[in-house]
Amino acid sequence: MQIVDKPLTTDTGMQLPPQSLPEKVGEERVVPVQMRTGGGLAAYLRKVWAITSKEVRAELRAKESLSVMIAFSLLAVLIFGLAFDLRVPEATMVAPGVLWVVILFSGVLGLNRSFGAEVDRGTLAALLLAPVDRSAIYFGKFLAQLFFMLINAAIILPFALIIFNVNLMQPWILVGVLLGTVGYVAVGTLFAALAANSRARESLLPILLLPVMAPIFMAGVALTAAVIDGRAFDDFQRWVWVMVVYDLLSITVAFVVFDLIWEEA
Amino acid sequence: MSDPAKGGGSSATPSPAERTTRPLIQVSGLYKRYGHKNVLRGVDLTVASGQVMGLLGDNGAGKSTLLRIISGLAKADRGDVLLDGHPLKQVGHELRRYIGLVSHAPLLYDSLSAEENLVFFAAMYDIEQPAERIASVLRDVGLWVRRREPVRTYSRGMLQRLAIGRAILHNPPVLLLDEPDTGLDQSSAQMLHELVRSLGASNRAILLSTHNLDRAVEWADSVSLLVGGKIVYQDATAHLNGAELRQVYTDANANSR
Amino acid sequence: MSTVAARPNRTGLGSVLFLLLTIVTILAMATMMWAALVYARPASNLAGDEQTAQRIFYLHMGCNIGALLVYVLSLVGSVGYLITRKLGWDRLTQASVEVGTLCGIGTLITGALWAKPTWNAYWTWDPRVTTATITVLIYIAFLLFRNGIDNRQARARFGSIYALVAFISLPITYYSARWFRSIHPVIFNGANPDSQGGFDIGPSMGQTISIAALAFSLLCITLMIYRWRQLGLEDRLAEIREEIE
Repeated sequence: MQIVDKPLTTDTGMQLPPQSLPEKVGEERVVPVQMRTGGGLAAYLRKVWAITSKEVRAELRAKESLSVMIAFSLLAVLIFGLAFDLRVPEATMVAPGVLWVVILFSGVLGLNRSFGAEVDRGTLAALLLAPVDRSAIYFGKFLAQLFFMLINAAIILPFALIIFNVNLMQPWILVGVLLGTVGYVAVGTLFAALAANSRARESLLPILLLPVMAPIFMAGVALTAAVIDGRAFDDFQRWVWVMVVYDLLSITVAFVVFDLIWEEA
Repeated sequence: MSDPAKGGGSSATPSPAERTTRPLIQVSGLYKRYGHKNVLRGVDLTVASGQVMGLLGDNGAGKSTLLRIISGLAKADRGDVLLDGHPLKQVGHELRRYIGLVSHAPLLYDSLSAEENLVFFAAMYDIEQPAERIASVLRDVGLWVRRREPVRTYSRGMLQRLAIGRAILHNPPVLLLDEPDTGLDQSSAQMLHELVRSLGASNRAILLSTHNLDRAVEWADSVSLLVGGKIVYQDATAHLNGAELRQVYTDANANSR
Repeated sequence: MSTVAARPNRTGLGSVLFLLLTIVTILAMATMMWAALVYARPASNLAGDEQTAQRIFYLHMGCNIGALLVYVLSLVGSVGYLITRKLGWDRLTQASVEVGTLCGIGTLITGALWAKPTWNAYWTWDPRVTTATITVLIYIAFLLFRNGIDNRQARARFGSIYALVAFISLPITYYSARWFRSIHPVIFNGANPDSQGGFDIGPSMGQTISIAALAFSLLCITLMIYRWRQLGLEDRLAEIREEIE
């Protein structure tokens, strides 16, 4: 067993002094293995990254929710296409709305798994036992979920382009989708953590999440519509700002609040 | 287990007089209320280094709750927990390095392999030279051969062994085992007993909860009985046997009604 | 250890005052109905159905004020619980959200009834109405969410967290809704998203509006106190049950 004899330094610089030296020859004092580098931000980020890569690897291995999410998205776009085909002559009228509805609704499928599986299998306790600020769990899952959602969006966009025959691959639309997804995942990860504690967790998440996503939804639809209509940037720049503000606000609030959730695991 | 100075005999841990011990777990005046129910009503408990303490009690007596509070997963309403003299409340997340927890849920990611699970936890605990440490732990718990297979395919006994491997990966001085023998067959339980014994010989403090009285007598140096939210009985197992303990247990439970 | 600070006292001063409050509330509501239907002069620039329908506005306003009051109280309750961890604050949040749901639904129904004769459509995407609807949906989500959590303290903690986060989003929702309409062509004639529904307000109408605001505020507060006490009794009952087992 490795025995290392240095004092422990916490992230706040507080020293945990080693206990008094052993009095008997041959006595070992069992001390936890030491940190690779002095703690602080580097260690924190390393752990966030460890959680993110674990999430991505586990999901790609199990293929549970990512494929379900994508399949649902494709189906939804198709169904909307059918729904509007007869009555709406101008597809550009409905395309922005359809895009964002599909993004929001399919995203829930992915979000459900980010905490649902953990609580079910009890692995959440393992994360909570780790010597790191609990916000690392939030950011780790946030990044992983963002990755999955962006893959989902990257599939929805070209497919919707095809079905509705509308050019959705324009730069500001993509920026909007990116910003909107960030906000969505920021709030969604937090709410997924909350909902995981309730009995009806999978069906509850959309009900908790969607009303709060209204600003992102409105901003996304308005932005996409403006770009499709060929408007000038000044016309729609306020929507970009709405999204940015929403993103910053939600990440900050989530960071502050996340710790409170896990007082009892 | 590769254990330089303390190769043990069968049930022999050096008696307290032969080496310096110090209290690694100190619980005083712990109160915990869940919903409207007072689960813990003033628990006092001390486990010293090198000691294996069995925690006994009925289901719902609060054993899991106590272990979760000591591990930091839950917060007590009142009272103090000291780990190696450091107060749990004040030190925050760094003190979690001192703790290894084995629960009856395996706490493992089942689509990842044993090795990948340990790599992840090594990163979470900032372990230096993780590959070596992981290899050594896998060998010690006897899972080296099947380390690349997804955990999903493991038997219950293997899961428990890997769970213990995860718990000791960062070499914590304090080990908490929550009914680790649940659902294990005889040979797996035997292997578990071996592991616990060698860990106990190594100057750690081990707190082990179980409702199997015979196991408690066999595996632990001393037992504490949790009834009605308090520790009502404590003794060394050296001069106890299963029957006597059973008597004490029933008496204590009867008294609390 | 009791989670309820004091047993509800049937005969104390608090109860007498509360009874008085209830009576005053009933009187206020009656006065308001009279004022809205009889006392207030009809709007001079409107005619026919539209003129009569305008009277719904007083109820609509009242519900709105009540809902706003309740919104503030539920925020106070959430923050109060998270800081003090005393369940009394959480009961405040629960009671105010429940009453708020009623007020919110009232706002929507009265709004729809008013809109149809005035603008020939039940729904106008008015930003305040849109925000009010979303608020009601958040309230309902809050209640459903708490329903699924068995542990009392967890229910309080998670409910408060959700309430705080969700309510922070509402101002942004309101402004987004305001800007949203301005980009789109106006479909309904005269439906300017910022308009009041375009009627001139005379003195009697002004007084009626004040009476409505007061009456509904009293109603909401009275209902909330009833509900708050009821929740206190429920908690006490659960406690006693646990002690017996």
